[in-house]
Amino acid sequence: MERVLTQNIRPSEEPLTLLEYEQCGGYQGLRKALWSSPEEIQQMVTEAGLLGRGGAGFPTGRKWGSVPMGDRARHPKYFVVNADEMEPGAMKDRLLLEGDPHQLIEGIIISSYAIEASQAYIFLRWEYQLAARRLISALSQAYHNNRLGANILGSPYSLDIHLHQSGGRYMCGEAEALLSALEGRRAVPRSKPPYPTVCGLWGKPTVVNNVETVCNVPHIVKHGPEWFRSLSHTDEGGTKIYGASGRVRQPGLWELPMGTTIREVLEEHAGGMHNGHALKALLPGGGSTAFVLPEQLDTRMDFASMEAIGSRLGTGTMTVMDERTCPVGLVWGLEQFFARESCGWCTPCREGLPWVARTLEALETGDGRPGDLETLEHHVRWVRMGNTFCALAPGAMMPLESALRHFRSEFEDHVAAGGCPRR
Amino acid sequence: MLTDRERQRIEAETRLYPHPRAAVPEALKIVQDHRGWVPDEAVKEIAELLGLSPTTVDSTATFYNMILRERAGRHIIFICDNVSCWVTGYEVLRDHLCRRLDIALGETTADGRFTLLPAACLGECDRAPAMMIDGEIYGNLTPERIDEVLAQYD
Ligand SMILES: Cc1cc2nc3c(=O)[nH]c(=O)nc-3n(C[C@H](O)[C@H](O)[C@H](O)COP(=O)(O)O)c2cc1C
Ligand code: SF4
Ligand code: FES
Repeated sequence: MERVLTQNIRPSEEPLTLLEYEQCGGYQGLRKALWSSPEEIQQMVTEAGLLGRGGAGFPTGRKWGSVPMGDRARHPKYFVVNADEMEPGAMKDRLLLEGDPHQLIEGIIISSYAIEASQAYIFLRWEYQLAARRLISALSQAYHNNRLGANILGSPYSLDIHLHQSGGRYMCGEAEALLSALEGRRAVPRSKPPYPTVCGLWGKPTVVNNVETVCNVPHIVKHGPEWFRSLSHTDEGGTKIYGASGRVRQPGLWELPMGTTIREVLEEHAGGMHNGHALKALLPGGGSTAFVLPEQLDTRMDFASMEAIGSRLGTGTMTVMDERTCPVGLVWGLEQFFARESCGWCTPCREGLPWVARTLEALETGDGRPGDLETLEHHVRWVRMGNTFCALAPGAMMPLESALRHFRSEFEDHVAAGGCPRR
Repeated sequence: MLTDRERQRIEAETRLYPHPRAAVPEALKIVQDHRGWVPDEAVKEIAELLGLSPTTVDSTATFYNMILRERAGRHIIFICDNVSCWVTGYEVLRDHLCRRLDIALGETTADGRFTLLPAACLGECDRAPAMMIDGEIYGNLTPERIDEVLAQYD
């Protein structure tokens, strides 16, 4: 199988320099792009069927297409890369950031060109210090070699890329909260419409895309949409970086065709379960996805198929539990995290998540009471999209809702036994 | 309070953004980089420097997990308490750290050497369980490995 995004990445080696990256065929997509019109680039990305890799799977071409173009647009326009990666169990963007920074930079230049942006920001989480050092070095190489700054490669197009290192908060990864954070405000989301593509950073048209999404762009431009579609097992184009961690034999990350089955990732790439233990369930793509059961392993890991079984692809990096893992304890840990990270802007999330976390703590530590399960179910029912300002709280309900559905008897055991039977 | 060096670094940051307010997170990090935490006086002076009110600066400061508004230890340990670390033994490691350092989560050791804080997933899930000390990430932790790592910090 063809490796696209990770073709230049060698574990525990320094990433390619600009010169080496070019020798491997890098910056050819950029040369081609600068000879095309922004609309042609948008068209290519739309035809390629690239869906956003930040977790929501929004079509990238459609997002770009809603940016006002030409003379009627207000300038400067902004292109922002979401490198906040703080989703529990996610680790894929880190690989791309540390492993091949020039691929990301090339992707940013082409994407910015496609929406006629003149300023770009990389919003990087604070903890990714190695990625920061490598990006700073790659950006400076790009400036010295006329890949950034004024008149890139002799064309009329100019672009600056700035690296913004965050102060650490999960909520900053939510696209609109991220824009508030970039402006130096508390990272709370904004009401929509207007959408950021029309009125974003400092009121100007702004596109936010995930690291992995952006890294695909140079390859689409270089090889064309047909080729990109052919990489995938399904009609969602391209490859995908999948991962597995938790109770598996060989945790790791692998670039595979989009739509690879959960079973293949788990059994062939992650080497199956640790020491002969049995699979209990897995979170397929981060803490805000619903549990998947052993009988669902033949599901293809793309956005549509995962949604069809009541979960989500999310980040595509799975966390695997075996029969020794207590679902109540695990969900308690997750809800504590979501409660801690809530920005506090809306009541169902600010008040609801701590209540959920305390109820789970009570169940786990022996203070559970009859009625607690109903309290949890009440939250699952009401803390949902439409009742909250952003997807953090509804996302937090996904593991809880699915745990209550799949493992209800274990929750009941916690009430009856006066705490976690495994402790 | 702010040194010339801190002022210069903060002013350089303001040039990256169309509005000075956007430099607040970086200004806070610069101060923390020099002092280990962000005292009230520094918040006031950052505000003055950027033409903002101190409460505006503090509203941003208090949002971030990494910005410390209280004096902390010489080294900050962030231990990941998230899913992949949780299923691979987070609780054992946390208890070991708390016992070794004789503090609870959120506290600083009596000798001012370490502060222990919980962290979001560190992107080190394939080498879980993990922690981070002063910007360095350590994976595949066991209680023995933790003791080795701690010994590297004075
Ligand atoms: C609480 C929360 C955290 C998020 N964190 C991230 C993140 O760290 N990285 C990311 O790319 N998207 C994250 N997202 C999704 C973004 O809101 C947005 O959909 C994405 O950056 C768009 O990029 P894409 O279209 O390329 O996927 C998060 C969403 C929510 C609700
Ligand atoms: S759902 Fe939670 S994180 Fe999102 S806006 Fe509301 S309070 Fe903030
Ligand atoms: S869950 Fe601990 S590093 Fe990812």
